[in-house]
Amino acid sequence: MTAPAPILPDGRWRRADSLLWLAAVVAYVAFPTHRVLGSQVIITALFALSLDLVLGYAGIVSLGHAAFFGLGAYTAALLAVHGWGEPISGLACAGVIAAAAGYATSFLVVRGRALAQLMITLGVGLLFLEAATKAAVVTGGVDGLSDVPIWRVAGLFRFDIAGNTAYGYSLVVAFVCFLAIKRIVSSPFGLSLRAIREGARRMPALGAPVGRRLVAAFTIGAGLAGVAGALLAQTTQFVGLDALDFQRSAAVLIMVSLGGTGRLYGAFVGAGLFMLMQDYLARQSPEYWQLWIGLLLVAVVLFARGGVLGGIDAVRARIGRRRSR
Amino acid sequence: MAALLSVLFDGVAYGSLLFVISVGMSVTMGLMSFINLAHGAFAMFGGYLAVVLLRRAGLPFAATLPLVMLALAAAGAVAERGLYRWVSRTRPLDQVLFTIGLAFIATAVATYVWGPNQQNIALPAMLTGQVHLGPVDLGAYRLFLIAVVVVITGALHLLVGRTRFGAQLRAAVDNPHAAAGLGIPVDRVFTVSFALGSGLAGLGGALGIDVLGLDPTFPFKYMVYFLVVVVVGGEGSIVGSAAAAIALGVFDVVGKYYIPGAGGFLIYGLMVGLLLVFPHGLFKART
Amino acid sequence: MSFALRTEGLCKTWGGVYANDHVTLALPTGARHALIGPNGAGKTTFVNLLTGFYAPSAGRVLLGDVDVTGLAMHERVKRGLARTFQINTLFAGLTVLESVVLAICERTGVASQWLRPVARRTAEIAEASALLERLQLAPAANTLTGNLPYGKQRLVEIALALAMRPAVLLLDEPASGIPAGESTEVFEIIAALPSDVTVLFIEHDMELVFRFAQRIAVLVDGKLLTEGTPSEIAADQRVRDVYLGEAAPEAAS
Repeated sequence: MTAPAPILPDGRWRRADSLLWLAAVVAYVAFPTHRVLGSQVIITALFALSLDLVLGYAGIVSLGHAAFFGLGAYTAALLAVHGWGEPISGLACAGVIAAAAGYATSFLVVRGRALAQLMITLGVGLLFLEAATKAAVVTGGVDGLSDVPIWRVAGLFRFDIAGNTAYGYSLVVAFVCFLAIKRIVSSPFGLSLRAIREGARRMPALGAPVGRRLVAAFTIGAGLAGVAGALLAQTTQFVGLDALDFQRSAAVLIMVSLGGTGRLYGAFVGAGLFMLMQDYLARQSPEYWQLWIGLLLVAVVLFARGGVLGGIDAVRARIGRRRSR
Repeated sequence: MAALLSVLFDGVAYGSLLFVISVGMSVTMGLMSFINLAHGAFAMFGGYLAVVLLRRAGLPFAATLPLVMLALAAAGAVAERGLYRWVSRTRPLDQVLFTIGLAFIATAVATYVWGPNQQNIALPAMLTGQVHLGPVDLGAYRLFLIAVVVVITGALHLLVGRTRFGAQLRAAVDNPHAAAGLGIPVDRVFTVSFALGSGLAGLGGALGIDVLGLDPTFPFKYMVYFLVVVVVGGEGSIVGSAAAAIALGVFDVVGKYYIPGAGGFLIYGLMVGLLLVFPHGLFKART
Repeated sequence: MSFALRTEGLCKTWGGVYANDHVTLALPTGARHALIGPNGAGKTTFVNLLTGFYAPSAGRVLLGDVDVTGLAMHERVKRGLARTFQINTLFAGLTVLESVVLAICERTGVASQWLRPVARRTAEIAEASALLERLQLAPAANTLTGNLPYGKQRLVEIALALAMRPAVLLLDEPASGIPAGESTEVFEIIAALPSDVTVLFIEHDMELVFRFAQRIAVLVDGKLLTEGTPSEIAADQRVRDVYLGEAAPEAAS
């Protein structure tokens, strides 16, 4: 009996990848009046992707991921406000600072069990929010920082009201980050993260330094969240406290779970769905929105544990079984 | 000096409220390994029910309290049987998402029915004003709060320490599998404990309308505090919850009084700091 | 004589009860040692102490000449200690091949690499495929371990341990759940390991124990009752009384 050909993570460019990014490019052309919204969706998807690395791959339940998003946003905005409005370097700076903050807090996070992790991430998120609120002199407090002077991208593209530059800029940055994450999750490191998530007990018995791996994953996730936050600040020329409040942390957690954790594309599906719903339902009234998101969460947990993509997989498996009969 | 005593007293009263509300969450966590972020919703609905009973039914304050407790206990039992038991006991993410969802639903319902503003109630004359005890003037209502909580704590202590149910509860918290093997109806213990915890939360919500405030964002506003009590006090530990709640209450009130600029820093910083040193809570022993 | 694995007076107490009571055992390099005893005798506790999952209440654990008593689990693994678990402790969401490749990558130090995809790690993949062939798991290579039948999962447990190329291998009831005919094959694979690998296995199946063990240690109520060759153990009246009963199989020697 010959062994089947080995199937292992290979990081190859897949059809789904082409579909996804082609769709993003098409959307630019097809919806010219919605480019601002479009850039928001891309930024949110990147944010969700950063959490998927932490939650879906490393298995850390974080209720405070917005802390890093907000830190990145404020970093980019403050740099510009104080004279350095170059977007790309500002972006890089924001990412590095957010990653450093992630690194610093990761040691607290990886030590405890689920409840402690939850508490610490929640606590860190709230601490950052409190700091941003109190340091109103620097951060603008409740009013935030508006009319942030961001320079042209690569010296050429001005951030215009129609959102053309915003969309293109976000798309390119998100694409680069996507490639990086794709690399990471298909590498041995990514495999070890999945294994830690699946069997934390087994991993030390294989000689794996679990703590160190989790610290690395958390740091990278924080850095990417910071990049997403900087994108938001730069493309809207505004940053406010809502960049790092609990709603944002809860929302991104919901998005990733909605789409399906640990699946890369789940982040995009979840972000897209969530923002669509938010746009439609929040227009009715705020509490209508809360009601539906609550019902959706309950439904996902009870009936669709793997999120949308998990549901699709389950349906595909059923069809596959039927065919083989 | 008098100011310090007064502030401490306020802190203890505040902490007692936090204890009454949080103890149910602690037991749920320790007993069922279930993170219930919607626990504050039971407290909130307890408060709203009290408001309704006071205003619409014209009941005296004292009468609303036991009614609220019973109603929320019943709601808890129904919720546990009908909803919570379908959620995985082993995946924290599921629990977090599920209970946040419930909390959102609760907030939405509360906003729809009662509007987004703070609720105020008229307390009975007997409980307003100050009581003179030596050099200090103590708020009569806060004194009442502490008295009620002391009574409840005593009753809980008796329940857990002296009754058969209490023994079953302790056994189930210690080791659910062994307890089931001994013939203890663990499922029933879960439901009753959850109901009791919800009832107490509702009571706390009603008692706390004046002290904690009452509006639809209650579950989220105080989520952190309840979590701190549970984690710092040790999951499943009633004594631990009491100590943690009182400490938290005092710390918060004293902090806000003497360092008003610090805001939430103290609490959140304290929580993170404590978890850093004691990743498993201050009191390891259960119940 | 140098010992690959040695314990001195190893103790573990749980609130006054001795799960392991001053257990002193020495395994020379290349030993094929069995650990037997009634249920609850403390065998798994002993293995947990050896690996570092539990910290001992007293006593020492030595790997070769190194005192590893204070070392964390993954550090002992780095020094050549591997174990399997009595209850399958696998990665349900990973395929068999992914699990074994990961184990090998951990050993070769490649597991922290994030630049190249797993599929390009040809050396590790080749080694994993060979290992799966030996254990007759090759057809199941791309199946999620969570979807495998129990017996196959047991084999994956062993594959993970073997992937680490340990100097000392601890097997906790490796054959449990494997159909009777195949369990001999598993043990033959274990017996065929190079002579510089030291093996300690816990087993209840006395046929397998007497066939594959060079020496047998008997643990009762946390204490090491006796230790010796299979024929010595089979003839030992105390062992017969406590554990084997009068119908002990004839020792193969």
